[in-house]
Amino acid sequence: MHKLREKIYRWIFSALAFSCLIFLTGIVIVLFKEGLPVFGKVRLFDFLLGKFWYPTYDPPEFGILPLILASFWVTIGALVVCVPLGIGSALYLNELASHRQRGILKPTVEILASIPSIVYGFFGMAVLAPFLQDLLRIPIGLCAFTASLVLGIMATPTVCSIAEDALSYVPRSFREASFALGANRWQTLVKVVIPAAGSGISTAIILGMSRAIGETMTVLMVAGGAAVIPKSVFDPVRPMTAAIAAEMGETPMGSTHYHALFAIALILFSITFIFNIVAELISRRYRLKLGLGR
Amino acid sequence: MKKERVQKIGFFLLFLCMAITVFSLVAIIYFVASRGMQIISWEFLTQAPRDGMTKGGVAPAIVGTFYLTLGAILFSLPLGLACAIYLCEYSPKGFIVNIIRISINNLAGVPSVVFGLFGLAIFVKFFGFGVSILSGSLSLAILALPIIISATQEALLAVPQSIREASLALGATKWQTIKKIVLPTALPGILTGVILSVGRVAGETAPILFTAAAFYLRGYPKSIFSEVMALPYHIYALMTEGAHPKEQTVIAYGCSLLLLLLVLFVSFIAIVIRQRQRSLSHG
Repeated sequence: MHKLREKIYRWIFSALAFSCLIFLTGIVIVLFKEGLPVFGKVRLFDFLLGKFWYPTYDPPEFGILPLILASFWVTIGALVVCVPLGIGSALYLNELASHRQRGILKPTVEILASIPSIVYGFFGMAVLAPFLQDLLRIPIGLCAFTASLVLGIMATPTVCSIAEDALSYVPRSFREASFALGANRWQTLVKVVIPAAGSGISTAIILGMSRAIGETMTVLMVAGGAAVIPKSVFDPVRPMTAAIAAEMGETPMGSTHYHALFAIALILFSITFIFNIVAELISRRYRLKLGLGR
Repeated sequence: MKKERVQKIGFFLLFLCMAITVFSLVAIIYFVASRGMQIISWEFLTQAPRDGMTKGGVAPAIVGTFYLTLGAILFSLPLGLACAIYLCEYSPKGFIVNIIRISINNLAGVPSVVFGLFGLAIFVKFFGFGVSILSGSLSLAILALPIIISATQEALLAVPQSIREASLALGATKWQTIKKIVLPTALPGILTGVILSVGRVAGETAPILFTAAAFYLRGYPKSIFSEVMALPYHIYALMTEGAHPKEQTVIAYGCSLLLLLLVLFVSFIAIVIRQRQRSLSHG
């Protein structure tokens, strides 16, 4: 009796666990099924490298190069902000902060991570954009530059907490060996601790990048929305996520435009998927290297 | 000495990075709170919008966010718990378990707008739920799933192996051990995960853009098949649509402050639970 019951429970749990697989495969299937039909109308080459995104014109043009470039510009801009801030903060937390400081600073970083993206978007639109417009005397505050700044701040806690984890895995003996050789704390940090945590830190950067490129509401509100190839960082742009979010609502289901948006989502999904897999591989190798097992 | 000076400059730069990070949090909270405070009142919390979204409150949006979040947690909690229990307690280590783990990690990294598209194609269109609370909750549930799973896994891993063995040695079965020993011990950790996912789900906008949200509705939703207003979407709509941008921005400040307060509250509870847990385990 007991045995049967145990077996049933085991069955239920494994069935439910496997059903979690359905969602990821479901997402992949949906993206392919709804995205691929666009290539019946537009050639893959023209889709990826076409310079004009005029989905509602007659005849429509479906070139997503401006959207791809916008995503990359904004993401690179965000990296410029979040890599030094995130890693610098992680080093500070790990190396310099006293026990009491850590008790305050770590929750602060966590809260920064949990602020909804819509609030970041709102802050960027209502406060930061007008401020930067005045400060830098640029024609429009809602542009790639502002979006990068907001995205960078958003990705900072992601980078910081993962990098901090990686730093905390560095064995104490590494530092002690370095001190014993006469190095001071800074030298130890730069020459021993950071290289030892190197792959963990690169995981942090990759995941921060993944977060920035997939972010939707912030860029939708702050990036300006112009679907043209950006010429300067102060141009308004329309990243891939923003194009999907802004246009899907007004698109008839089953139209070429609808399928094109799904195809963009497919590209976006592939990019973040690759980032995540790479991060996973790096962090696994890293754990093995430090002898932490799997 | 040169060595010492380099160290001083280096440490100052690290301090600067930390300071900027903290400053940005303070700046966001300050700007949103100082202007949001002026609009939040009893009327703002309990009344529906009036006069073309320029007056009145945001009660329907608050209620809508509550329904969506509740629905999402109802779907994702049992599934997430079961999945985590399977992975930690039952699973033989192996290839298939690795695949489940990797796919959950990847699910956590999927851009939120993709969940919206998935919801649109599957729940709204394929299952025919339409633009509704149900579709929105389900889309949000998939987003919450990896958060709940990883928090639960962490909590389960923190339960000492010796307790499990003691229970098994007393003749308890595997399920009895899980139900009576492991889960109660891991409860605070699991609760923290659930609370954090509430904060995350309540603030998400992209997944409900095409699956649940509406800018303005008369009255409150009547069933799980009706459209809803939701706080995060309301902020977006106030900032980008409508005829009175100036008055609407003020209301958007109020909504943002509400979301911020929710997130701060949720983080606060999570921190308190964690610290109590820590002081308990240290005696």
